[in-house]
Amino acid sequence: MRRQVPLIITFFIGALLVISVFIPPMVSLKETFTLYFDIIAVFAFFLGGGNLLRVHLGKLYGKKQDWGFSLVTVAGFAMMLIVGLFKIGNPGGIAASITAEGSLFQKLFEYIMVPLGSTMYALLAFFVASASYRAFRAKNREATILLIGAFIILLGRTPFGMMLTSWIPEQLSILQIPNLAIWIMNGPNLAGQRAIMIGIGLGVVSMSIRILLGIERSYLGEDK
Amino acid sequence: MSRTMIILLALVAIVFAVSWAAKSASLDDQYDDYISRGFLITLAAFLTLSILSFLYKDNPFYKFAEHLFVGVSAAYWMSLGFWSTIVGNLIPRLSVTLSAFFKVPHIEDEYALYILPDKVSYFIPVVLGILLLMRLSKKAGWISSWPLAFIVGTTAGLNLVRYLRSDFIEQVSSTFVPLLVDWQGTGRFFSDFNLYAYGQFVTMLGNWVIFIGVLCGLVYFFFSKEHKGIFGGASRVGIWVLMITFGASFGYTVMGRISLLVGRLTFLFHDWLELIG
Repeated sequence: MRRQVPLIITFFIGALLVISVFIPPMVSLKETFTLYFDIIAVFAFFLGGGNLLRVHLGKLYGKKQDWGFSLVTVAGFAMMLIVGLFKIGNPGGIAASITAEGSLFQKLFEYIMVPLGSTMYALLAFFVASASYRAFRAKNREATILLIGAFIILLGRTPFGMMLTSWIPEQLSILQIPNLAIWIMNGPNLAGQRAIMIGIGLGVVSMSIRILLGIERSYLGEDK
Repeated sequence: MSRTMIILLALVAIVFAVSWAAKSASLDDQYDDYISRGFLITLAAFLTLSILSFLYKDNPFYKFAEHLFVGVSAAYWMSLGFWSTIVGNLIPRLSVTLSAFFKVPHIEDEYALYILPDKVSYFIPVVLGILLLMRLSKKAGWISSWPLAFIVGTTAGLNLVRYLRSDFIEQVSSTFVPLLVDWQGTGRFFSDFNLYAYGQFVTMLGNWVIFIGVLCGLVYFFFSKEHKGIFGGASRVGIWVLMITFGASFGYTVMGRISLLVGRLTFLFHDWLELIG
């Protein structure tokens, strides 16, 4: 029962959605199930929040190592959740959008989440720089091609790239670095992306068939 | 907590307070809520610097910012999901009374299942969602595999068709491009290398590169035959094409990260310190 029922649900829902593509009156099933999916996804967010609380409250309760930081997580979580769910500080009240301009929720997003998120990603610029140092060594032919490709794209998107090759006559403008960068993006890069996308497409289709047929069942966890 | 840490914390608190006061004073003539705005800008600057402090080494300020980010973003997505999906999409279809309470217009069903009454069908995801929350219980946790099966089945069913269409059929059909385009004679072919004019040479070269590149890229991913001889040569060309793709993606990633960094530095030096105009 614990393993059979989920396998039956997966097969039934998946097969129904695939069949619905071929039967016009059933086409709207796709929208219905997408909406169901979105609704369940919200519950999954709540599950994630609940789990986060369980983990950090456990650390707080047991006064485990770095419990003070768990307090920060719980406090931040509680503050944002209360402001968000009850629309506290929203000038338009319950009828207004949660992200309405001037609302406290929007301010917390703008002044806490945006600085934290974007700085976290910006931090990667430094690590990418050190990774570039290792990757950009032309040790063999493949690494050299990678180096040249990345270099042209980087230079082509800066005024410096334009300045370097602006002397090239209009008839040979493809050799100007910005144009070369555009050509690389629309030519070799597109070809590589396409080969990868075709591979991904085939991979997703075969994995979907494996899931529907119950061959792939790792999402149910280990057999006990 | 070490003595150095206490001194450092006190210093940061003083700098924060001074910055808040200075920022509020500078916003005094522009906004009514200058005190709270001054606080929020100072807080954003403090959090930005806390994250950047990781460049030195892992430290309590970074950990503070990291933990705050985890808590705040989890609650952000929960709140947004509740208001946009539950209140925005589910309640208007479920109940007139609840729609009136949340002040959202009631929606007469568009996509209900044919075999169930309109309103009843929307209880299915609610029940499945509640079953998903059972995951938090040790005893009844196993039942959460039912909604999980629903999610996996929906994803597999939708993606099977979607990826077959967009990632396979569409991409294959777009690869079959004309290899001899708009032929206007040898003279024109060699005289016009201009990219913007879509000269014959450039367009043809592009199409050849796409066709051969995709073919060779796929050969590289084909592992059922040993990569030897002509097949091995094609596979090697495939690697080169993929290397250019990875190089381009790498270049774009670097550019994206640097532009984010520029954005944060602009915030620090313009919005917070007002050192640049």
